[in-house]
Amino acid sequence: MEEPAADTVPSAETVELELPARPEVVSVARLVVGAVAAVEPLFDEERGADLRLAVSEACTNAIQAQLADHPGADPTAPIVLRCSVGDGRIRLAVQDHGGGFDPEGLQAHPEVTDPARLEHEGGLGIPLIRLLADELEFQPTPGGTTVVMTFGPRVAVDRSVV
Amino acid sequence: MDLRLDVSEQGAWSVLQVGGEIDVATAPRLREQLIRLVNDERFRIVVDLEGVDFIDSTGLGVLIGALKRVRTHDGDLVLVCTEPRIVKVFEITGLNQVFQIHASLDDAVAE
Repeated sequence: MEEPAADTVPSAETVELELPARPEVVSVARLVVGAVAAVEPLFDEERGADLRLAVSEACTNAIQAQLADHPGADPTAPIVLRCSVGDGRIRLAVQDHGGGFDPEGLQAHPEVTDPARLEHEGGLGIPLIRLLADELEFQPTPGGTTVVMTFGPRVAVDRSVV
Repeated sequence: MDLRLDVSEQGAWSVLQVGGEIDVATAPRLREQLIRLVNDERFRIVVDLEGVDFIDSTGLGVLIGALKRVRTHDGDLVLVCTEPRIVKVFEITGLNQVFQIHASLDDAVAE
Protein backbone atom coordinates (compact mmCIF):
# COMPACT_ATOMS: atom_id res chain seq x y z
CA MET A 1 0.00 0.00 0.00
CA GLU A 2 1.17 3.48 -0.79
CA GLU A 3 2.36 5.55 2.16
CA PRO A 4 0.15 8.60 2.80
CA ALA A 5 1.79 11.96 2.12
CA ALA A 6 3.47 13.41 5.20
CA ASP A 7 1.27 16.49 5.08
CA THR A 8 -2.12 14.78 5.21
CA VAL A 9 -4.12 13.41 8.13
CA PRO A 10 -3.64 9.61 8.38
CA SER A 11 -6.40 7.50 6.79
CA ALA A 12 -7.94 10.62 5.39
CA GLU A 13 -9.80 11.58 2.27
CA THR A 14 -7.70 14.08 0.36
CA VAL A 15 -8.55 16.72 -2.20
CA GLU A 16 -5.59 17.99 -4.20
CA LEU A 17 -5.61 21.04 -6.39
CA GLU A 18 -2.93 22.69 -8.53
CA LEU A 19 -3.32 26.42 -8.92
CA PRO A 20 -1.32 28.85 -11.05
CA ALA A 21 0.72 31.31 -8.97
CA ARG A 22 -1.55 34.32 -9.52
CA PRO A 23 -3.34 36.54 -6.96
CA GLU A 24 -6.73 35.74 -8.51
CA VAL A 25 -6.55 32.09 -7.46
CA VAL A 26 -6.50 32.78 -3.72
CA SER A 27 -10.28 33.18 -3.78
CA VAL A 28 -10.54 29.77 -5.46
CA ALA A 29 -8.49 28.20 -2.64
CA ARG A 30 -10.85 29.81 -0.11
CA LEU A 31 -13.90 28.45 -1.93
CA VAL A 32 -12.50 24.91 -1.97
CA VAL A 33 -11.50 24.98 1.69
CA GLY A 34 -14.83 26.52 2.68
CA ALA A 35 -16.63 23.70 0.86
CA VAL A 36 -14.48 21.04 2.55
CA ALA A 37 -15.17 22.54 6.00
CA ALA A 38 -18.90 22.95 5.28
CA VAL A 39 -19.43 19.20 4.79
CA GLU A 40 -17.67 18.35 8.07
CA PRO A 41 -20.39 18.35 10.72
CA LEU A 42 -17.94 19.13 13.53
CA PHE A 43 -16.80 22.34 11.83
CA ASP A 44 -19.25 25.20 12.33
CA GLU A 45 -19.47 28.30 10.18
CA GLU A 46 -17.06 30.30 12.34
CA ARG A 47 -14.43 27.56 12.23
CA GLY A 48 -14.92 27.34 8.47
CA ALA A 49 -14.16 31.07 8.29
CA ASP A 50 -10.92 30.43 10.24
CA LEU A 51 -9.87 27.84 7.65
CA ARG A 52 -10.71 30.15 4.74
CA LEU A 53 -8.63 32.92 6.32
CA ALA A 54 -5.69 30.61 7.05
CA VAL A 55 -5.59 29.20 3.51
CA SER A 56 -5.84 32.71 2.10
CA GLU A 57 -2.76 33.71 4.10
CA ALA A 58 -0.80 30.59 3.15
CA CYS A 59 -1.63 30.87 -0.57
CA THR A 60 -0.82 34.61 -0.57
CA ASN A 61 2.60 33.86 0.93
CA ALA A 62 3.17 31.03 -1.55
CA ILE A 63 2.31 33.19 -4.57
CA GLN A 64 4.36 36.13 -3.34
CA ALA A 65 7.32 33.81 -2.73
CA GLN A 66 7.12 32.40 -6.24
CA LEU A 67 6.71 35.78 -7.88
CA ALA A 68 9.51 37.32 -5.78
CA ASP A 69 12.81 38.10 -7.39
CA HIS A 70 15.01 35.76 -5.39
CA PRO A 71 17.05 32.67 -6.21
CA GLY A 72 15.11 29.48 -6.72
CA ALA A 73 11.69 31.12 -7.03
CA ASP A 74 9.75 29.68 -9.96
CA PRO A 75 6.82 31.87 -11.04
CA THR A 76 5.64 29.28 -13.57
CA ALA A 77 5.25 26.39 -11.10
CA PRO A 78 1.80 25.71 -9.67
CA ILE A 79 0.85 26.17 -6.03
CA VAL A 80 -0.38 22.82 -4.71
CA LEU A 81 -3.20 22.79 -2.16
CA ARG A 82 -4.02 19.54 -0.37
CA CYS A 83 -7.02 19.31 1.96
CA SER A 84 -7.32 16.12 3.96
CA VAL A 85 -10.11 15.24 6.34
CA GLY A 86 -10.03 12.49 8.94
CA ASP A 87 -10.26 11.79 12.67
CA GLY A 88 -12.35 14.93 13.12
CA ARG A 89 -9.57 17.12 11.83
CA ILE A 90 -8.85 19.02 8.64
CA ARG A 91 -5.29 19.42 7.44
CA LEU A 92 -4.40 21.98 4.79
CA ALA A 93 -1.05 21.82 3.03
CA VAL A 94 0.09 24.59 0.69
CA GLN A 95 3.18 23.76 -1.32
CA ASP A 96 5.13 26.43 -3.13
CA HIS A 97 8.18 26.64 -5.38
CA GLY A 98 9.39 29.87 -3.83
CA GLY A 99 12.97 28.77 -3.32
CA GLY A 100 12.68 28.06 0.40
CA PHE A 101 11.88 30.04 3.51
CA ASP A 102 13.28 30.28 7.02
CA PRO A 103 10.43 30.63 9.54
CA GLU A 104 13.03 31.50 12.21
CA GLY A 105 13.93 34.57 10.16
CA LEU A 106 10.52 36.20 10.62
CA GLN A 107 10.76 39.69 12.00
CA ALA A 108 8.81 40.45 15.16
CA HIS A 109 6.63 43.55 14.95
CA PRO A 110 6.34 46.24 17.59
CA GLU A 111 3.32 45.96 19.90
CA VAL A 112 0.11 47.24 18.32
CA THR A 113 -0.03 50.08 20.83
CA ASP A 114 3.41 51.27 19.72
CA PRO A 115 3.13 54.02 17.04
CA ALA A 116 6.02 52.31 15.22
CA ARG A 117 3.60 49.44 14.47
CA LEU A 118 2.20 51.54 11.61
CA GLU A 119 5.53 51.19 9.79
CA HIS A 120 4.70 47.54 9.09
CA GLU A 121 2.02 46.79 6.51
CA GLY A 122 3.11 43.20 5.98
CA GLY A 123 4.15 40.24 8.08
CA LEU A 124 0.76 39.60 9.65
CA GLY A 125 -0.04 36.44 7.72
CA ILE A 126 1.96 33.80 9.56
CA PRO A 127 1.10 35.16 13.04
CA LEU A 128 -2.56 34.98 11.97
CA ILE A 129 -2.21 31.37 10.84
CA ARG A 130 -0.56 30.55 14.19
CA LEU A 131 -3.61 31.94 15.99
CA LEU A 132 -6.12 30.08 13.84
CA ALA A 133 -4.57 26.63 13.38
CA ASP A 134 -4.05 24.05 16.12
CA GLU A 135 -0.75 23.01 14.57
CA LEU A 136 1.51 24.73 12.07
CA GLU A 137 4.56 23.26 10.41
CA PHE A 138 6.90 24.40 7.65
CA GLN A 139 8.32 21.50 5.67
CA PRO A 140 11.13 22.09 3.18
CA THR A 141 10.04 20.51 -0.13
CA PRO A 142 11.78 20.43 -3.51
CA GLY A 143 12.21 23.99 -4.76
CA GLY A 144 10.30 25.55 -1.88
CA THR A 145 8.25 25.07 1.25
CA THR A 146 5.07 23.29 2.28
CA VAL A 147 3.03 24.99 4.98
CA VAL A 148 1.01 22.39 6.88
CA MET A 149 -1.88 23.61 9.02
CA THR A 150 -4.03 21.30 11.13
CA PHE A 151 -7.40 22.31 12.50
CA GLY A 152 -9.68 20.71 15.07
CA PRO A 153 -13.33 21.68 15.18
CA ARG A 154 -12.82 24.56 17.57
CA VAL A 155 -9.96 26.43 19.12
CA ALA A 156 -10.09 28.84 21.98
CA VAL A 157 -8.50 31.78 20.21
CA ASP A 158 -6.14 33.70 22.40
CA ARG A 159 -7.25 37.22 21.56
CA SER A 160 -3.86 38.60 22.32
CA VAL A 161 -1.61 40.82 20.36
CA VAL A 162 0.25 39.43 17.34
CA MET B 1 -12.77 39.30 -8.32
CA ASP B 2 -15.47 41.47 -6.94
CA LEU B 3 -14.52 44.57 -4.93
CA ARG B 4 -16.84 47.54 -4.79
CA LEU B 5 -15.58 50.99 -3.78
CA ASP B 6 -17.82 53.99 -3.35
CA VAL B 7 -16.67 57.39 -2.08
CA SER B 8 -18.95 60.04 -0.63
CA GLU B 9 -18.58 63.07 1.63
CA GLN B 10 -20.24 63.46 5.02
CA GLY B 11 -19.31 66.75 6.67
CA ALA B 12 -15.61 66.73 7.43
CA TRP B 13 -15.30 63.07 6.54
CA SER B 14 -14.72 61.20 3.32
CA VAL B 15 -16.58 57.93 3.46
CA LEU B 16 -15.23 54.95 1.53
CA GLN B 17 -17.78 52.16 1.40
CA VAL B 18 -16.18 48.84 0.55
CA GLY B 19 -17.99 45.74 -0.60
CA GLY B 20 -16.83 42.25 -1.51
CA GLU B 21 -13.61 40.47 -0.59
CA ILE B 22 -10.31 42.16 0.30
CA ASP B 23 -7.33 39.94 -0.42
CA VAL B 24 -4.08 39.98 -2.40
CA ALA B 25 -6.02 40.21 -5.69
CA THR B 26 -8.25 43.14 -4.74
CA ALA B 27 -6.25 45.02 -2.08
CA PRO B 28 -4.24 47.01 -4.68
CA ARG B 29 -7.46 48.75 -5.80
CA LEU B 30 -8.32 49.62 -2.21
CA ARG B 31 -4.80 50.95 -1.66
CA GLU B 32 -5.00 53.10 -4.82
CA GLN B 33 -8.34 54.56 -3.77
CA LEU B 34 -7.06 55.44 -0.30
CA ILE B 35 -3.90 57.02 -1.73
CA ARG B 36 -6.06 59.05 -4.13
CA LEU B 37 -8.09 60.41 -1.20
CA VAL B 38 -4.93 61.42 0.67
CA ASN B 39 -3.51 63.02 -2.49
CA ASP B 40 -6.78 65.00 -2.70
CA GLU B 41 -6.04 66.19 0.85
CA ARG B 42 -8.85 64.17 2.35
CA PHE B 43 -7.23 63.31 5.66
CA ARG B 44 -10.35 62.29 7.64
CA ILE B 45 -11.53 59.02 6.23
CA VAL B 46 -14.20 56.54 7.29
CA VAL B 47 -13.75 53.10 5.75
CA ASP B 48 -17.13 51.40 5.92
CA LEU B 49 -16.55 47.63 5.91
CA GLU B 50 -20.21 46.64 6.34
CA GLY B 51 -20.35 45.23 2.82
CA VAL B 52 -17.13 43.23 3.18
CA ASP B 53 -17.46 39.45 3.22
CA PHE B 54 -13.78 38.67 3.72
CA ILE B 55 -10.56 40.39 4.72
CA ASP B 56 -7.12 38.92 5.28
CA SER B 57 -3.76 40.33 6.31
CA THR B 58 -3.18 41.91 2.90
CA GLY B 59 -6.29 44.05 3.46
CA LEU B 60 -5.26 44.83 7.03
CA GLY B 61 -1.88 45.98 5.71
CA VAL B 62 -3.55 48.40 3.29
CA LEU B 63 -5.61 49.91 6.13
CA ILE B 64 -2.49 50.20 8.34
CA GLY B 65 -0.67 51.99 5.52
CA ALA B 66 -3.59 54.39 4.99
CA LEU B 67 -3.85 55.13 8.71
CA LYS B 68 -0.16 56.00 8.74
CA ARG B 69 -0.59 58.33 5.74
CA VAL B 70 -3.51 60.30 7.20
CA ARG B 71 -1.83 60.55 10.62
CA THR B 72 1.20 62.21 9.05
CA HIS B 73 -1.27 64.96 8.05
CA ASP B 74 -2.87 65.08 11.52
CA GLY B 75 -5.84 63.24 10.08
CA ASP B 76 -7.58 60.05 11.09
CA LEU B 77 -8.97 56.90 9.56
CA VAL B 78 -11.76 55.05 11.36
CA LEU B 79 -13.72 51.95 10.48
CA VAL B 80 -17.36 50.91 10.49
CA CYS B 81 -17.75 47.18 11.08
CA THR B 82 -20.25 45.00 12.90
CA GLU B 83 -19.92 41.68 11.05
CA PRO B 84 -18.50 39.30 13.70
CA ARG B 85 -16.25 37.41 11.26
CA ILE B 86 -14.60 40.64 10.12
CA VAL B 87 -14.39 42.15 13.63
CA LYS B 88 -12.73 38.92 14.79
CA VAL B 89 -9.83 39.44 12.35
CA PHE B 90 -9.14 42.84 13.93
CA GLU B 91 -9.48 41.39 17.43
CA ILE B 92 -7.16 38.42 17.05
CA THR B 93 -4.47 40.58 15.45
CA GLY B 94 -4.85 43.24 18.15
CA LEU B 95 -5.59 45.84 15.47
CA ASN B 96 -8.85 46.74 17.21
CA GLN B 97 -6.50 48.67 19.52
CA VAL B 98 -5.04 50.56 16.57
CA PHE B 99 -8.25 51.38 14.69
CA GLN B 100 -11.39 52.96 16.07
CA ILE B 101 -14.15 50.58 15.02
CA HIS B 102 -17.65 52.03 15.02
CA ALA B 103 -20.97 50.20 14.94
CA SER B 104 -22.52 52.57 12.41
CA LEU B 105 -21.61 55.23 9.89
CA ASP B 106 -23.59 57.78 11.94
CA ASP B 107 -21.40 57.00 14.97
CA ALA B 108 -18.24 57.31 12.90
CA VAL B 109 -19.01 60.71 11.40
CA ALA B 110 -20.41 62.11 14.67
CA GLU B 111 -16.88 62.72 16.00
